[in-house]
Amino acid sequence: MRLRLVPEHTSFDFFKHWKLWLGFSGMMMVVAFISFLMQGLNYGIDFRGGTTIRTESATNLDVGVYRDALTPLGLGDVVISEVFDPGFRADQHVAMIRIQAQDDQEAVSAEMIDQVEGALKTVVPDIKFVSVESVGPKVSGELIQTAVLAVVLAIGAVLVYIWLRFEWQFALGAVVALIHDVLLTIGIFSELQIKFDLAIIAALLTIVGYSLNDTVVVFDRVRENLRKYKQKPLAEVLNLSINETLSRTLMTSMTTLLALISLLVLGGDVIRGFVFAMTWGVIVGTYSSIFVASAILLFLGVKRDWSKPDPKKTGNQFANIDA
Amino acid sequence: MLQFELWKRVLIWAVCAAGIILSLPNAFYNRVEQANDARAAIEKSGATPEREAQAARWPSYLPSDLVNLGLDLRGGAHLLAEVRVADVYKSRMEALWPEIRDALRADRASIGTIRLQPSPEAELRIRISQPEGMDTALKTVRALARPIQSLTGAGSTDIVVSGSGDIITVTLSEAEKLATDDRTVRQALEIVRRRIDEVGTREPTIQRQGANRILIQVPGIGSAAELKSIIGTTAQLTFNPVVGRGSDPDANPGVGNKLLPALNETGTYYTVEAAPVVTGEELVDAQPSFDQNGRPAVSFRFNTSGARKFGDYTRDNIGSPFAIVLDDEVISAPVIQAHIAGGSGIITGNFTVEESTNLAVLLRAGALPAGLDFLEERTIGPELGQDSIDAGKIATGVAFAGVLIFMALAYGLFGLFANVALILNIALMFGLLSLIGATLTLPGIAGIVLTVGMAVDANVLIFERIREELKTAKGPSRAIELGYEKALSAILDANITTFITAVILFAIGSGPVRGFAITLGLGLITSVFTAIYVTRLLIVMWYDRRRPKTIEV
Repeated sequence: MRLRLVPEHTSFDFFKHWKLWLGFSGMMMVVAFISFLMQGLNYGIDFRGGTTIRTESATNLDVGVYRDALTPLGLGDVVISEVFDPGFRADQHVAMIRIQAQDDQEAVSAEMIDQVEGALKTVVPDIKFVSVESVGPKVSGELIQTAVLAVVLAIGAVLVYIWLRFEWQFALGAVVALIHDVLLTIGIFSELQIKFDLAIIAALLTIVGYSLNDTVVVFDRVRENLRKYKQKPLAEVLNLSINETLSRTLMTSMTTLLALISLLVLGGDVIRGFVFAMTWGVIVGTYSSIFVASAILLFLGVKRDWSKPDPKKTGNQFANIDA
Repeated sequence: MLQFELWKRVLIWAVCAAGIILSLPNAFYNRVEQANDARAAIEKSGATPEREAQAARWPSYLPSDLVNLGLDLRGGAHLLAEVRVADVYKSRMEALWPEIRDALRADRASIGTIRLQPSPEAELRIRISQPEGMDTALKTVRALARPIQSLTGAGSTDIVVSGSGDIITVTLSEAEKLATDDRTVRQALEIVRRRIDEVGTREPTIQRQGANRILIQVPGIGSAAELKSIIGTTAQLTFNPVVGRGSDPDANPGVGNKLLPALNETGTYYTVEAAPVVTGEELVDAQPSFDQNGRPAVSFRFNTSGARKFGDYTRDNIGSPFAIVLDDEVISAPVIQAHIAGGSGIITGNFTVEESTNLAVLLRAGALPAGLDFLEERTIGPELGQDSIDAGKIATGVAFAGVLIFMALAYGLFGLFANVALILNIALMFGLLSLIGATLTLPGIAGIVLTVGMAVDANVLIFERIREELKTAKGPSRAIELGYEKALSAILDANITTFITAVILFAIGSGPVRGFAITLGLGLITSVFTAIYVTRLLIVMWYDRRRPKTIEV
């Protein structure tokens, strides 16, 4: 008596409409990219400089009051939003205030923070400033560079590793799947305008790691089956491999999602964006290792003479299957 | 077939036991932390019964290393400061001028009179009245250049001298600038460390970052502004002879003098001689105290050479004022009443008690070689940190329970084996984190939760493989063996690729991101170990005992 997510034997045909799936994935990537170009991302202060202040008070929060208190200071773009979380106490009212980087300053200004805190204290006497973070424009520019560098390096390193362990077609398939996952994650952050900060980059890299984990497991089986069934068409080998690993793929996604969803619900609002990115990434990553990475592999074809040239190959009905 | 040599069994259990023992202190975090603090206090300032009792709350034969909590969990202040390295070039050039002047004087016959021209910072422009002697002059000045003692700058000298027309230009060479920058940042780092140690908070992190930045993290401090007031001031203390006093900020101080504002009287300016009698570098001690009228003050003591200079000066100048200057502001300008021979004195100004305490700290720790710009500052309140820890605990607990139940339902007995391995995995992870003194951050907790989810992956791979091998009916023992064997390449490839991303995160990231990379990377290592060795050993032990004819995975 066991809990099973999929029946013992599955023979879904994942590649019946593989061009359709590839097209769909491609389209989603384009949509994500367009959203990124049109709307951009809701960058946190890590990436664009400025100050965020997290306030807490026992009295009911009125964003308008906060705004009126800060307007006379002339700080430019100020965004005030109330934060909700099921973990908060009844009298815990939390707001996030984001102030743009002040034009004339390279470094962080203590006076500005003092002014803001003073102004808010006069309207909400019991207000507490539970966190105050400022990043100067000089650093934020560098942070963007290192973040982009990190993602590119990670994908590059993976490309090389898989190329060494498998074949270049596998490496390319895996990397396209990774780019797909990263783009779709950036896309949803752009679409929903969730705050995009340094932690999200960490999440992106973890998604890269996870999605790869999934892809590699499928590829490993493909490699094994290619050796085992030398005569089978590639599409069938891929299908067989995915079906054989399907139970594992879903089990692992399930346990990981269980862990992530409990963090998403119970982990507090501070890391919600981070955990959301990872949850989304696990779903997208699982999808992409089947419908993107393997489909690309099918599209590119694979060299079949793994160990030694196969003498039976000539005259066989599948002889030119990977041409 | 399913054999495990004895030494392997012993090693595996030893590693697990070490993991549990090393991670144990974290289960009693507060108690161990208090005991550690008490022990440190006993070491530093002797035992008291109270401290002994605190220390005894955690047995000394058990390990007491804890996972450090990052600022986002404990609360505290984080600053990223950039050292204004160029500040030092200016003083270097100022110090060079007398040397060059003296050297050139010897050549007066061929180069004529020499005069310092107004020059941009970090540069000296010297005009000679007989341009025909330029070659001689250049040769003389170049003879003053010193070779650079550093690895990268080997073979080059510290100054670059060039001449055009009747002007000699002297600048620092690029190699010397690099060497100076490095020295300046290292000095600044040391001073910042001393100042923070003086204040005495727990486990501050003070690190150099990049070429000329310093990262400072102090847990438990109320705000970054407070931290800045301790480390942000240069605290260059000098005692200069006073030439005059006035209220014109644009007055011409005359050659060799400078005009400085008074600290507590706006609109008052002192003209003082630029060369100080004594500087703060010659102080050996400074303490907050009170003057005879009960106002807060700072008392200080000079070292021997400082005391002699100060004594000689006060003896020769009774009745005239001298200025106590801190960072180019005059704190006070008392009139010398008597010969001060002992080398100690007192600084009064309109201080508050807090200011005098801070000033004493700054003077004791020494002056920063250059100013600091703050590029990044973060303050996290302790309440927020506590909320995050609480939420993290609940989430981790629920995630853990969920995965355990799920595995047991899906794989039965084998699932239970995997669960034991998972628990050991967490213990090993915390043990390792404590051992290397890693810092746990909020994303780090997420890393652990993710590891919990992904750690079972290796076991899932193996179990699924065993199921498949069982179908071809080679007998349970062979199936188990083949399952492990064939799943290995997938497990390794999958984990190595993830590990690569963790390494890149660690290398490039900073702060919380780095914390996440550490937990993720360590989690991968421990999960591969527990999945491959621990569950296998458990299964082998069970199989040896029961010898089942069939198994169900």
